[in-house]
Amino acid sequence: MNLLRVQSDASKVMALPYDRTPGYWQTVGQRLLRDKVAIVAALVILLLLLLALFGGMLTPSDPYKTSMLSRLKPIGTANFPLGTDELGRDMLSRLMVGARLSLFMGITPVILAFIIGSAVGITAGYAGGYVNSLIMRTIDVFYAFPSVLLAIALSGALGAGITNSLISLTVVFIPPIARVAESVTTQIRGRDFVDAARASGAGAFTIVRVHVLGNVLGPIFVYATSLIAVAMILASGLSFLGLGVKPPEPEWGLMLNTLRTAIYSQPWIAALPGVMIFITSIAFNLLSDGLRSAMEIKG
Amino acid sequence: MASDQPLLEVRCLVKHFPLKKDLIGRGGGVVRAVDGISFEVREGETLGVVGESGCGKSTTARLLMHLINPDQGEMVFDGAVVGSSDMPIKRFRRQAQMVFQDSYASLNPRLTIEDSIAFAPQVHGLPHKESIARARDLLARVGLEPRRFAERYPHELSGGQRQRVNIARALALQPRMIILDEAVSALDKSVEAQVLNLLLDLKDEFNLTYIFISHDLNVVRFMSDRVMVMYLGEVVEIGDSESLFQAPLHPYTRALLSSIPSMDPDQRTEFPPLQGDPPNPINPPAGCRFHTRCADAESVCSQRLPKLVSQSHNHSAACLMLEADSGHRKARHLLSQ
Amino acid sequence: MLFFLIRRVIYTLPIMLGVAMVCFALVHLAPGDPLVSILPADASQEMQEQMRKLYGFDRSYPEQFASWIWRALQGDLGTSIASSRSVSTEVMKAVGNTLRLAAMATLIGFIFGCLFGFVAGYFQNSWVDKAASLTAVLGVSVPHYWLGMVLVIVFSSILMWLPASGAGPGGSDVWAWNWEHIKHMLLPALTMSVIPMGIIARTVRALVAEILAQEFVVGLRAKGLTDLGVFLHVVKNSAPTALAVMGLQLGYLLGGSILIETVFAWPGTGFLLNSAIFQRDLPLLQGTILVLATFFVLLNLVVDVIQTLLDPRISRS
Repeated sequence: MNLLRVQSDASKVMALPYDRTPGYWQTVGQRLLRDKVAIVAALVILLLLLLALFGGMLTPSDPYKTSMLSRLKPIGTANFPLGTDELGRDMLSRLMVGARLSLFMGITPVILAFIIGSAVGITAGYAGGYVNSLIMRTIDVFYAFPSVLLAIALSGALGAGITNSLISLTVVFIPPIARVAESVTTQIRGRDFVDAARASGAGAFTIVRVHVLGNVLGPIFVYATSLIAVAMILASGLSFLGLGVKPPEPEWGLMLNTLRTAIYSQPWIAALPGVMIFITSIAFNLLSDGLRSAMEIKG
Repeated sequence: MASDQPLLEVRCLVKHFPLKKDLIGRGGGVVRAVDGISFEVREGETLGVVGESGCGKSTTARLLMHLINPDQGEMVFDGAVVGSSDMPIKRFRRQAQMVFQDSYASLNPRLTIEDSIAFAPQVHGLPHKESIARARDLLARVGLEPRRFAERYPHELSGGQRQRVNIARALALQPRMIILDEAVSALDKSVEAQVLNLLLDLKDEFNLTYIFISHDLNVVRFMSDRVMVMYLGEVVEIGDSESLFQAPLHPYTRALLSSIPSMDPDQRTEFPPLQGDPPNPINPPAGCRFHTRCADAESVCSQRLPKLVSQSHNHSAACLMLEADSGHRKARHLLSQ
Repeated sequence: MLFFLIRRVIYTLPIMLGVAMVCFALVHLAPGDPLVSILPADASQEMQEQMRKLYGFDRSYPEQFASWIWRALQGDLGTSIASSRSVSTEVMKAVGNTLRLAAMATLIGFIFGCLFGFVAGYFQNSWVDKAASLTAVLGVSVPHYWLGMVLVIVFSSILMWLPASGAGPGGSDVWAWNWEHIKHMLLPALTMSVIPMGIIARTVRALVAEILAQEFVVGLRAKGLTDLGVFLHVVKNSAPTALAVMGLQLGYLLGGSILIETVFAWPGTGFLLNSAIFQRDLPLLQGTILVLATFFVLLNLVVDVIQTLLDPRISRS
């Protein structure tokens, strides 16, 4: 606790720095900073994000330039530190630029689903009664599909391409987030301070804004972060099947697909893109776990 | 004259809660939490409400605050029906406020104390700065130094301090009436005494009217001018505090009072005053709801519903023994009067 | 109890209807003419009309939906545009293959998951716990299709112990529980088991830690219950949830097997789905998704019922 005691005279009482304690999020941040595993994970993610944003400018070679002569050169070749792919393109460059699309395809659907799912779930949770039943039963229908199946079916229906994949992934993640949102909101709704707020004469929107959101968005957010790794794997999986990103764009899942034929000749090169997905996924999972631990504080 | 008109008049309030059937089809039925109660509260007085768990006290409190809607009945505040155009609910909220039992659950853990208190005034249009100033002022009035407490969070305060905050919050809209629903029940005795004294001081200072709900009879006697006794969703006795405590009319009230432990060893009770368990509000007994536990019960008690009958000015009870033509043996002597 | 079962089943019906509607809608979302894959580009107008009539594409959506559902309930899911065989036959055959794989994977995942989870929860915060938990995190984080590829590289390409693809001699039609066939199943099942293993390990760890921390366990120990007794007690209390999670994982594997099946060319529903998508074979697509989703819903139902039967708290609340 930080106590700020300052000498003053009585007339300045109202303007003085008051006894203050760190707020909720500051406490969470402090706890997170003490979690070494989470810090490492966060740094890895930061690195990947930087790669995604600036990778294009830092690549040693042109990630799109093909060369029939330099196909599938092994790791450690002169100009190609990580070898080349089946069309002669530099693997290192492709992996670096691939970060952009792979991360984008993984994170964006979760962000969109977070916004839409939270809105739907909080509405259902606060409203209760018929509205709640209607919304949640509809969600249940989508929940009745295993997520991979739904994603693939939607993608298959809409067709390949980045936008369609984003749409189908967002739709897949809305139900679980909405469920969590509804559950947490219903819990908060039943607490006395919400009744006290209603007794003050505040309208529903004000109550949700001031009292509900602050208590509810945290847990929903943590849940959403735990979905990022899954989203990434699923997004890359779609590209792996040919339903997501289209060639020649570099995306880790797509690269795994096109390199499958090289399993026998250059197995380690074929496995590289998957290593990137693996690392990213581990990092997000560890960070999300750390966040969840840091948030499990009373009050 | 304005002083003759009660501040609050409750007429035949009814609230039933339907029970859901579970997946197997068990359950169903209705909890008759509040089954037609009527009473008045006069300005400036403290009306105590007592009863066992399940008698409908808390439901009544929430009905009075319009946190739940009554199935039947109405409330008249200051001469205007609450919910009508003369007294829309939002305006009523400025007149009546509530302090809840669980001091921790009634405060938003994410808001600072002063923000919690300032919320209601802001909702009603007071600008932020002035709301905060009022919040700090109220904190001082309830005995919490604003410098130390205003920017703290609920989890850093003790139970007693939190209840003071809740009281300050109830005062923020400058209401005329405050409903205290078991407001001191969860506190330690010494803290309870301090908070009760605070409540009395505030009542004088702000000319408040209190409805004080509690299961602790000693506290109710200390605080109240009039007392209302509830049993299974109905009012069984209501009257002047001293009159009720010294000469209770209803057998239930008598049983309750005799269950107060006394410090005097000569006043030991040898028999439990009440027999049996409190019956279920889902299927209340027919006729007088108390008859299953009443030592004076007769067959007529399970057939007729007693009405509130005044015995003297300001003291009424609902018991067939007090109704002259009820058919109860003990009521016969009234016929001759 | 029978009453409860009937009610629970009745609750599933509207969900199934919704699922069927979503199924139907999904497939008809697709832009493009469904007949493109069967007819040559220069087919006459008359031919096109005939084909349209044959497949019912000329009727309105609600009509198509109603007749599709009606026939589906009788077991007829239409005819595949690409292969001209009955969709039901194709799907059922594929389901059999996928079920075998998924069941094996779930079993492996369950066994190892429980092992890791138990050990981690029992020896909470020791290095054993950290190692087991780390394995669980890895299991959950790995992109399973990539893992499949890596296993193929290691065991097929380099070591040459196991085959890389297919379901064994006889292709997708014949199955026998002999080594000739099982060796084809090992790699895909192992790959598929990793994610359930991770999830079950995490769940079991949390459960065990929670049970051990409860005060009544301390009480039991104080009464002299041996370690074995405590162990059995923990098992008894964690079993319902662990089994429930396993059941759900089986469901996910059934629905989500497409990626692994693609890597290993395993002739299951995922593989079927894949070809249906790329050939725009609408009846096959619709039928496959419907069957998979139905399995998933029924599985959830079974898990719910078993959990209720096993957990006295739920059935009495």
